[in-house]
Amino acid sequence: MIDLSMSRPAETHPRGIAWGRLALRFSLYLFLGLFALYYLMPLFVMVTTSLKSLEEIRTGSLISLPREVTFEAWRTAWSGACTGIQCEGLKPYFWNSILIAVPGVAISTLLGALNGYVIAQWRFRGSNLIFSLMLFGCFIPFQVVLLPMARVLGEMGLAGSISGLIFVHVIYGLGFTTLFFRNYYVTIPNELVKAAKVDGAGFVRIFWSIFLPLSLPIIVVTVIWQFTQIWNDFLFGVSFSQAGTQPVTVALNNIVNSTTGVKEYNVDMAAAIIAALPTLLVYVVAGKYFIRGLTAGSVKG
Amino acid sequence: MAPILDIKNLHKSYGSVEILKDINVSIDPGDFLVLVGPSGCGKSTLLNCIAGLEPITGGTLSIGGRDMADVTPKDRDIAMVFQSYALYPTMTVAKNITFGMKVRGVDAATQDRKLQEVAQQLQIEPLLNRRPGQLSGGQRQRVAMGRALVRDPKLFLFDEPLSNLDAKLRVEMRSEIKKLHQNLGASMVYVTHDQIEAMTLATKIVVMKGGVIQQIGTPSEIYNTPANLFVADFMGSPAMNLIPAKTRKNGAGTILEITRADGAPLQLTDTRNQDLPNDVLLGLRPEDIAEAGFRAGASVQEAECLVEMVEPAGADTYVTSHLGGAQVTARLHAETSALAGKPLSLAFDLAKVSYFEPNSGMRLN
Ligand SMILES: Nc1ncnc2c1ncn2[C@@H]1O[C@H](COP(=O)(O)OP(=O)(O)O)[C@@H](O)[C@H]1O
Ligand SMILES: [Mg+2]
Repeated sequence: MIDLSMSRPAETHPRGIAWGRLALRFSLYLFLGLFALYYLMPLFVMVTTSLKSLEEIRTGSLISLPREVTFEAWRTAWSGACTGIQCEGLKPYFWNSILIAVPGVAISTLLGALNGYVIAQWRFRGSNLIFSLMLFGCFIPFQVVLLPMARVLGEMGLAGSISGLIFVHVIYGLGFTTLFFRNYYVTIPNELVKAAKVDGAGFVRIFWSIFLPLSLPIIVVTVIWQFTQIWNDFLFGVSFSQAGTQPVTVALNNIVNSTTGVKEYNVDMAAAIIAALPTLLVYVVAGKYFIRGLTAGSVKG
Repeated sequence: MAPILDIKNLHKSYGSVEILKDINVSIDPGDFLVLVGPSGCGKSTLLNCIAGLEPITGGTLSIGGRDMADVTPKDRDIAMVFQSYALYPTMTVAKNITFGMKVRGVDAATQDRKLQEVAQQLQIEPLLNRRPGQLSGGQRQRVAMGRALVRDPKLFLFDEPLSNLDAKLRVEMRSEIKKLHQNLGASMVYVTHDQIEAMTLATKIVVMKGGVIQQIGTPSEIYNTPANLFVADFMGSPAMNLIPAKTRKNGAGTILEITRADGAPLQLTDTRNQDLPNDVLLGLRPEDIAEAGFRAGASVQEAECLVEMVEPAGADTYVTSHLGGAQVTARLHAETSALAGKPLSLAFDLAKVSYFEPNSGMRLN
């Protein structure tokens, strides 16, 4: 019945509709293709430029393919480019970023999960107020907290250290991670907690045995979000680090800005791609879980 | 025999909203207590208070003679089956059932033995390695029961365990629960909003409305002598007929005069010695009104009524009429010759009549 009534317009003007639909399809793909091209253009330029020699860059055009592929610029960017007086490339800073991002992501995710669990399932007096305040924390611009944070880090003896940067990122990420987990956990019926209480389980046991195993989709979302935030951060990195603890974003900036004489575009491009690679990788590997996690709702069963 | 559960003057408020008012209930070991009432009347809240999942704001509650004021759910020696079953979604059926024992540090051999016992009893052995998401509603229900049974507690608490099942399964599980109670001899508190479930399962029924207990009694007490209009109307399907009547005394007893839209008022005489006010509501269950000639006895009186509707229901036929401005349903035998629009002589069994005060709704006899 429904099929019949749906196809009736097509029967009365079969040709017109078919053409219209085709044209719509075509222009849709055309537009999408153009947009994709537009967005891919810079990446294309970056990749091709990074594979050219300086000589070729100077003589060739910006968008032409490299005549002779060379990985020299990548090698320089990774281990030889100068970031000021040192010329060790991105390598040490890349490690710094990993040392900051991995614990930063792990700690803020775990704390966010605990916070969300408490706020969603163990409602206490004022829990809504606390949640609102944490949400508010998501919307405070980075710049506002720079000075107070520098002061706090100084008091704690963490100024200029990797631990200090981890601390800053954990604090700043908590609002988001709590929000993610709280919204996920409120969809889980509270009777689960009650049943576990009657079974004799306590606060930690219920979290560990029942809620955490349920959380994979939202953990993926949170990890991607936090990793992207922390890895890509520049402002905190440049403000709260010192020589030796700078993250890769700061080093990239220094490489690009501290070249003397001829600008080595190929090295700059290679460095930029290296710095962006981990987040790109995370999206490619976990992207489909990310979408799934964002739309994952209540737990059936 | 000391009561297994004893609740005295229990009050429960959320903030300034009083949900449960002055609850007094006690049950003996082996009792099957059913809390019944419309949705939102506080049944689950009371059950949660018994389980210790909600703190009470007044009164006392003891289980097995021990005051529960400072006892956590874990140490109350209870097991609970929830309306949504609340099975742990990421654990297998076996893990769901043994979780409580695992948390309490019971050794693995005992866990396994008890699991097998319960699985056999509930016929869920083939399901033990599945997850709740892979089970049907009825199977989930069994697993939830299994999780409670394996605990072997002093007191079982059930919160509408059958309300998510379809009608047929509900009837099946109902009789299984009844069998279970008879075999275990366990004490149970069972919440439902379904009065048929209450009647069939309970040894003792508590009817609640708006956080206040309306009546406590055996199923037959509740059914035959409801304490007020609410209970009379809530318990039984179709509901008790409630017919406005005027009373007058004479030598034979109490004359009940019921107006009729057409013709003379209907007069019935209750020979029991009743002390009634002038205006009453006369309560009579549909099965206490039969077709004339099909019900005999000193207390039976016949009268002609206009049939408005005839509803065959297989084993019985329901016939409706109007008396005293109220709709009246009679339960007749299946082969009745009643026809809509035609008068029919009905037999009223006055020995079964309940009288209610029309304003307060309280029972008079
Ligand atoms: N946590 C709570 N906070 C405030 N009010 C509640 C809470 N839980 C239940 N109530 C209220 O208590 C009343 C009784 O609820 P409940 O015991 O679930 O009813 P029932 O189980 O009889 O349907 C309802 O009006 C409900 O809105
Ligand atoms: Mg309820």
